[in-house]
Amino acid sequence: MSEFASGTLSAKNIHLSFGSNHVLRGIDLHVPQGTTASVIGPSGSGKSTLLRVMNRLIEPDQGDILLDGRSVLKDSPDELRRRIGMVFQQFNLFPHKTVEENVSLALRKLRKLSKEEARSEALEQLDLVGLRHKADSRPANLSGGQQQRVAIARALAMKPEVMFFDEATSALDPELVKGVLALMTDLAKGGMTMVVVTHEMGFSRNVSDAVTFMDAGVVVESGPPEQLFTEPRTDRLKGFLSDVL
Amino acid sequence: MDSLSRLGETFLDWKQIAEVLPSMFAVGLPNTLVLAITSGLIGAFVGLILALMGISRNPVARWAARVYTDVFRGLPAVLTILVIGLGFGPIFREVTGSNSPYPMGIAALSLMAAAYTGEIFRSGIQSVDKGQLEASRALGFGYGPSMRLVVVPQGIRRVLPALMNQFIALIKDSSLVFTLGLLATERELFQIGQDAAARSGNLSPYVAAAIFYLAMTIPLTHLVNYIDTRLRTGRPEKREPDEAAAVVGKGAQA
Repeated sequence: MSEFASGTLSAKNIHLSFGSNHVLRGIDLHVPQGTTASVIGPSGSGKSTLLRVMNRLIEPDQGDILLDGRSVLKDSPDELRRRIGMVFQQFNLFPHKTVEENVSLALRKLRKLSKEEARSEALEQLDLVGLRHKADSRPANLSGGQQQRVAIARALAMKPEVMFFDEATSALDPELVKGVLALMTDLAKGGMTMVVVTHEMGFSRNVSDAVTFMDAGVVVESGPPEQLFTEPRTDRLKGFLSDVL
Repeated sequence: MDSLSRLGETFLDWKQIAEVLPSMFAVGLPNTLVLAITSGLIGAFVGLILALMGISRNPVARWAARVYTDVFRGLPAVLTILVIGLGFGPIFREVTGSNSPYPMGIAALSLMAAAYTGEIFRSGIQSVDKGQLEASRALGFGYGPSMRLVVVPQGIRRVLPALMNQFIALIKDSSLVFTLGLLATERELFQIGQDAAARSGNLSPYVAAAIFYLAMTIPLTHLVNYIDTRLRTGRPEKREPDEAAAVVGKGAQA
């Protein structure tokens, strides 16, 4: 049973160009409720851009995005983003606010909770990521791993139906990666619908339900992790795996 | 020796200085402060709007902010004050019935301050990492609330030293409103010094005015340096000794 009110997310035939640069060339991605999809591929393949299109930080030129089977392109993008949590490579915590304020800001301003309610919910979320004792510190006084866990708590506080992770561990020192991955694994096991852009092949292989390999703006191969990692069918995936493994 | 004592008499005639001090304290200083602080606040408010226009996606807003900034940064302060004061003074007089050039002086100083602070705010806001806006938008905040709650507060913090410098410049430029011809009660520090100097033929009242200006600007300059250092190095936060070994929740080992 799922502990999250999560939803099914699909991207259909997504196209996006920046000028003459055709970044996404007809991407399809289907993430059933409660599953974790990882997206792997070389730098510049369009993985991070795909995430930003799916929560409409960037509007696609063509294609459709469906949440629970319904197109979200006509809704307000702000409303959509409240339903999708996002965690960034560079954490992007708000440095002028305390850890607790980082988590409670959206609760107060968007969900209109009172200051006290928002704080107690924020502390609860911080407890979940093991950082309640840092509630009144500034992000700058936290390690990278701690900052990223706060960023996860900030996203989770909005009770999103889907979580996006954009290379969430790429900027971390090696010894800090484990804690963040463990937290992501907990979320996945707890039934959160997740899309994880990652260079962590171990996570992709062991935790995700489906893997999508992207290169040069197209999905080259996708399927269950066992299949992609043990029997890659395309030369491009074989080449990529031999480079990163 | 003779010329030296003459110089001393010209600049440091204590009797002259003592004579002018009461009106400098009672009239000049309050007026200088009112001029500088009022136009500083109005200038900061208008400047913030100019900065937001300057980075907006609307080309008309960007263009308008650009033209305004170029014009008011490009003119000598005394020219702006005279043109605004003499040009709009009569209209202001008709509308309000007030004969005082004082509000027009504040208006002119504010217009100039807005142009400078606008550029300061714009550079500060643009120096905030793009990821901040992105993270705020990703949480579900619109562009306006994201700027208001996340981006602008960080941008302003970064340019506090530059803003303080601008305020110091404003204290000094406030002396130029004397060109509009102030009433006795409206005189600021410089005008009082000038009147007394003209009456006595001695420059010591100017020295008294100078001391007042320096008493304001030098501490402010050092406050700027202090804020600047503080912003760059951050507040020293006491770290818990066993921080590394702190007990953490599930799934958290970092």
